[in-house]
Amino acid sequence: MVDSPSISPWVIFFASILTSNMILSNFLGMCSYISISGEYKTASGLGKAVSLVLVLTMGVNYAIYHLVIRPLGLEYVQYIVFIMVIAASVQVIEMAMDRFLPDLHRKLGIFLPLITVNCAILGSTLFMVIRNYGLFQALLFALGSGLGWWLAISALAAIREKIARNKLPRGLAGPGIAFIITGLMALAFIGFSGIFAVQ
Amino acid sequence: MAETVKALIKRNLWQENQVVRQILGICSSLAVTNLMANSLVMGLGLTFVTALSSLTLSVLRNHIPHRVRMIVQTLIIAAYVILVDLIIKAWLPDISKQLGPYVGLIITNCIIMGRAEAFARQNKPVPSLLDGFFAGVGYTLVLLAIALIREALGFGTVFGLPVNVLGIDTWTIMVMPPAAFFIIGVMIWIAANRMDRKKNAAGQPAAQSKEVTRRG
Repeated sequence: MVDSPSISPWVIFFASILTSNMILSNFLGMCSYISISGEYKTASGLGKAVSLVLVLTMGVNYAIYHLVIRPLGLEYVQYIVFIMVIAASVQVIEMAMDRFLPDLHRKLGIFLPLITVNCAILGSTLFMVIRNYGLFQALLFALGSGLGWWLAISALAAIREKIARNKLPRGLAGPGIAFIITGLMALAFIGFSGIFAVQ
Repeated sequence: MAETVKALIKRNLWQENQVVRQILGICSSLAVTNLMANSLVMGLGLTFVTALSSLTLSVLRNHIPHRVRMIVQTLIIAAYVILVDLIIKAWLPDISKQLGPYVGLIITNCIIMGRAEAFARQNKPVPSLLDGFFAGVGYTLVLLAIALIREALGFGTVFGLPVNVLGIDTWTIMVMPPAAFFIIGVMIWIAANRMDRKKNAAGQPAAQSKEVTRRG
């Protein structure tokens, strides 16, 4: 789609938080975004876990793509390889966290299995391939995407906590209003679009 | 629990529609719906993968060890997605470029895993095939409905054919992300409202559909 070897990694970093936010403009990771945004603390924890997994799996997938898949011409099995790498890294992260950071594991551990199938993770790896990012571009893109995802889910959860006490029209409570709030947030984020030229 | 084919179709297309009732598979239903053609291709691709992976998993349901079933399911789904990706790349290269990563993301589409876990794991192959197929059809119909609104108002076209006979200014916002959120939000609202009314009219707390594992 876009060949972007010349864009500064920092521009990609800020663009992926604000102008091409994972949720608000790429629609990735929506299932957990909608279903786990009822409570601010939980949502924020999930956001942190997603950012962590995104950066780590991006590093591994970048290495595998450039050292194994491309030289051997195995592009057609890349989906299977990527999803296996993600599943395996999540497992390893969970075990390492359990061993070395038990406190963090108690807080984020429940989210880790969920994250394997979060499309934001596979999505950013596929964006890395399609846009032909270099290593630093890819890592900062992953970090920015994770932070952007965290920002969006925390904002939604905070708003939903306030709304929970109000009466809503029949049928609108729950996912309906969550989407409408997200739409308003996306509208607000369009305001950033003049800052960065990359998509 | 033999379910008639008619009931199965009704359940998948309306009562438990994957997108507007179960809130699954949202990512792609928002991302590709700015054009009718893209939505149709995406819908057909997902229907194909859901139907065949449900069939395969149902055939193998007594042979897959319980503990590793997730990874086996993911592998089977990924294999079908590769097939779909290659077909779209070969015959519809333009659409393949526009869909970008979203074809590959069918692997993590919650609908497929949801059907595999909620239905194919306990049912015979033929009902599983039908269940997966009609779940996909229900998804496709919602996608086309969203795309119809967005493309007609945003570009003034339907399937690329001009329909803007009145010469109204097109609304660029309709093809941008916020409109996708608003339209799907309103659709979910209407669907929930209709179900709620029917439930009250029946005078009993209707049996809510069993909660499907939500993953994304």
